[in-house]
Amino acid sequence: MNLSWMAWTPATAAFFIVIGLTLVGMTIWQILAPSEERVGILSIPTTPGDRLFLTLLGAAYIHLAWLGLVGPDLWWAFGISVLYGLAVFRWV
Amino acid sequence: MTLDKTVNNRAWFMVLPVLVLVAFNAVIPLMTVVNYSVQESFAGNVFFFEGSKWFEQVLHSERFHAALLRQLAFTATILAIEIPLGVGIALTMPRKGPWVSVCLVLMALPLLIPWNVVGAIWNIFALPSFGLLGRAINGLGISYNFTRDAGDAWFTLVLMDVWHWTSLVVLLAYAGLMAIPNAYYQAAKIDGASRWAVFRYIQLPKMRRVLTIAVLLRLMDSFMIYTEPFVLTGGGPGNSTTLLSIDLVKIALGQFDLGPAAAMSLIYFLMVLAMSWVFYTVMTREEART
Repeated sequence: MNLSWMAWTPATAAFFIVIGLTLVGMTIWQILAPSEERVGILSIPTTPGDRLFLTLLGAAYIHLAWLGLVGPDLWWAFGISVLYGLAVFRWV
Repeated sequence: MTLDKTVNNRAWFMVLPVLVLVAFNAVIPLMTVVNYSVQESFAGNVFFFEGSKWFEQVLHSERFHAALLRQLAFTATILAIEIPLGVGIALTMPRKGPWVSVCLVLMALPLLIPWNVVGAIWNIFALPSFGLLGRAINGLGISYNFTRDAGDAWFTLVLMDVWHWTSLVVLLAYAGLMAIPNAYYQAAKIDGASRWAVFRYIQLPKMRRVLTIAVLLRLMDSFMIYTEPFVLTGGGPGNSTTLLSIDLVKIALGQFDLGPAAAMSLIYFLMVLAMSWVFYTVMTREEART
């Protein structure tokens, strides 16, 4: 099957592999140690899956904001996103 | 009484066809868009890696800012008109009798018309040369030509959307009103409440849930609107009605700039995704409350 039209690059492949592995990992984690919904600072019940979604969505916005307001050096945005993700998993 | 549920993980196999379908029509195209967004593309599937260049270009592009601003202005305008108008119409609709069905069918009609047909109807209806609306406005001595004047184009666009979608708000608000038990109205009558007090303290709070759905549905839908303005004005005159989706198609298919178009569509997608999340969260909260 010729998939050249999908124009894969090592960077985007790594990006999707990491997201895929995270989903698989979280599924295994959920099977091994089932978690309950909890209510955090957003005052809505969230599961670890919800918190992962919020982390990924927020990280995308952080990267875009950094790119638009500061510049193309995205390692800082990545660092902020990691901190943001930890905060989401801890408090949301 | 407790309900004993059988947990059988093999049930997940039943979901498999849907997963395959979603993979083909959503995930694979999305992955491809992500791939395109970081590359310069040439004919014959030749690509060069560009990193975050297109995202930076889109974020700093005045054209994108202008389209986004127009989109926000359009969404705010139609929400400001459709929600109060829809509630107003729902309040005047009969609650019982043969006219209920007549009103409901009339209200549902605009929702049944395909979007491109709505655009075509309004295009002809508003033409200044022979359209009923165009001729009538010009006949009143007001100069009106939606194909040449940006203000007229906006007026027609907003009017078309109000005509097409207010019914949705009406039907939702009407459903909310019908769900209010009669006892509330009787109690209000005993207390000698005014018409306004009945609306403010009984009807509006009881319609809160359906109105939240109406606002969020119209917000997301209007943010993704494409077909009707494309058929009505094509984004013109000039760029005056070029909303985000129209601009995106112009870049992707008109100019064939796949990289910038992919970056723009991902930014656009993230906006809609954030709105969808808000919608889902609000719905879950409302359900938990009832």
